[in-house]
Amino acid sequence: MAKPPRKPKLAVWKFASCDGCQLSLLDCEDELLAVAGAVEIAYFPEATRAVLKGPYDVSLVEGSVTTQHDAERLLEVRRQSRRVITIGACATAGGIQALRNFKDVVGFTSVVYAHPEFIETLATSTPISAHVEVDYELRGCPIDKHQLLEVLTAFLNGRRPNIPAHSVCVDCKARGTVCVLVRGAAACLGPVTHAGCGAICPAYNRGCYGCFGPKETPNPVSLAPRLVDAGMDKTALHRVYRTFNPVADAFKKESERHGA
Amino acid sequence: MSYHPSVIGLDGLAALIEALSGDGFRVLGPTVRDDAIVYDDIAGVDDLPAGWTDEQDGGRYRLKRRDDKALFGYAVGPHAWKRFLHPPLLRLWRAEPDAAGMTLTAAAEPDERFAFFGVRSCELHAIAIQDKVFLQGPYVDPHYKARREGVFLVAVNCGTAGGTCFCASMNTGPKATAGFDLALTEFPGEFLVEPGSDAGAALLARLPQRAATAADIERARAVSERTAASMGRHMQADGVHDLLLDNLEHKRWDDVAARCLSCGNCTQVCPTCFCTAVSDVNDLSGATERTRRWDSCFSVDFSYIHGGSVRPSPRSRYRQWMTHKLASWEDQFGTSGCVGCGRCITWCPVGIDITEEVRAIRGE
Ligand code: SF4
Ligand code: SF4
Ligand code: SF4
Ligand code: SF4
Repeated sequence: MAKPPRKPKLAVWKFASCDGCQLSLLDCEDELLAVAGAVEIAYFPEATRAVLKGPYDVSLVEGSVTTQHDAERLLEVRRQSRRVITIGACATAGGIQALRNFKDVVGFTSVVYAHPEFIETLATSTPISAHVEVDYELRGCPIDKHQLLEVLTAFLNGRRPNIPAHSVCVDCKARGTVCVLVRGAAACLGPVTHAGCGAICPAYNRGCYGCFGPKETPNPVSLAPRLVDAGMDKTALHRVYRTFNPVADAFKKESERHGA
Repeated sequence: MSYHPSVIGLDGLAALIEALSGDGFRVLGPTVRDDAIVYDDIAGVDDLPAGWTDEQDGGRYRLKRRDDKALFGYAVGPHAWKRFLHPPLLRLWRAEPDAAGMTLTAAAEPDERFAFFGVRSCELHAIAIQDKVFLQGPYVDPHYKARREGVFLVAVNCGTAGGTCFCASMNTGPKATAGFDLALTEFPGEFLVEPGSDAGAALLARLPQRAATAADIERARAVSERTAASMGRHMQADGVHDLLLDNLEHKRWDDVAARCLSCGNCTQVCPTCFCTAVSDVNDLSGATERTRRWDSCFSVDFSYIHGGSVRPSPRSRYRQWMTHKLASWEDQFGTSGCVGCGRCITWCPVGIDITEEVRAIRGE
């Protein structure tokens, strides 16, 4: 009798991050059983202590690289993984901790830690793709759990994920929200931001602050005067593009136009 | 056949909404939500935006108080009726694996019938355009058909033109001329009602009313005339087809591309834009679902074919949109794809104005 096909092995890795993205996987309450049925969870310290040796079919990688030790560990993760999918703003665009890239990290450690001499850290926080080849980057701070399931399913089935790269506005209009920018209720980064969240913030009367990072062909330079009309000053513009995705190219450049 | 207009009061209007609900229609009409006038379910006259108006300009919409109690004293808002006839997201079918192989279940079409209350002339034209696209070509769209059939249309002849309206330029308003069951013209506290179909005439007969006098008809004519004279925008539409197609390399396309965010808002709010993306997605249980959602020619993936996107630059996407609306639509469907409602101007975050782009290409 033929052996049942081996279930693909899934590993979930953490680098510098808050854990929010990998928790989205545990948050898939209704679908968690289906996930557990479809894959063998081989490494996921947040969920189980059991550890299976590599190689792994799919590795989800959360977090950015901020230490030499992590940079080396990441090389090993890549070596052990057939597919590497980065999850969240930290892993794809440096995360909020990449603010150090624009300042002197020693200045930060001396303020934050009682004994900064014990802290060994890199001068920068860099996305996973700066170190190893990445098969897919899932956006968001945090990621959307439905998108995570979609990417996992797509990879397990060998198809392209159905994750549109258009603006948040497209989803905002589909939802029937009245544009907060046009009606003067808030400054909104939706027109330059990658969809994926379901346009949550405008639906609650707030502007999008870009947590999914830049959309395809973004044009933040043209949007800037409208954000100013809506109440953002230079400092606010400088900061809003330098929050969750500070090293995403288009956001980095736009932030630099408004301050050092 | 020709029908006789009548005049109804607020009680007649209330009776009209009540009669429609009583006849089993889901009545949708203008109502205030989130600082705007949107289309949603209305239960009676109290849900209408009494005493409200809107100020509209490129990239700008503000709800304002009027100094009277007019129920229809504003122009069109962010929603178009297409969200009910051609919904933003549709599940088409689902396939589940089973012992026999798989079972395919088509999504059920809704069995509700809509009554649209307060449809403007430009919107009647937009519905007629989408009817042509979805129902009158070689392939009929069953989803649109299921929603469109049996819709009862109560039109309103605009008494106030919006800041971005230009229906007068496009010959699509402001007075409704066809495609409605009843058309209202608002006077203070009263409405002239003109039936446009047998169903409309039959419904009107059930309402408290008086016969319209020559003076009433003259009053309504004056309302439409005044509105036509106060359009917020103007577009010289004759010859625009050749103008655009003869100027595909005009430097203005670079200029607009520098401003355009390729965000897609203009296409989502446009009452005639109909493009969709269809995707098949399977889940971990092995079931597959086919969905259809509004798409936009402003997205890079919209023109993706094997090997890449046909329109990688925002310049090519804006040009595609505008030449389709004002030129190639004519070749494809026999009318302009623009009804002059102004939504793309108002709801463009950076206020790109199709009428201004035409003027610039004309060299004005
Ligand atoms: S509210 Fe923001 S995301 Fe929504 S359409 Fe307006 S600009 Fe776009
Ligand atoms: S609207 Fe913008 S900021 Fe809000 S969740 Fe979505 S991407 Fe993030
Ligand atoms: S192109 Fe603009 S003005 Fe014309 S119908 Fe569409 S949204 Fe209205
Ligand atoms: S014209 Fe305006 S609404 Fe349309 S894609 Fe460009 S910026 Fe967005």
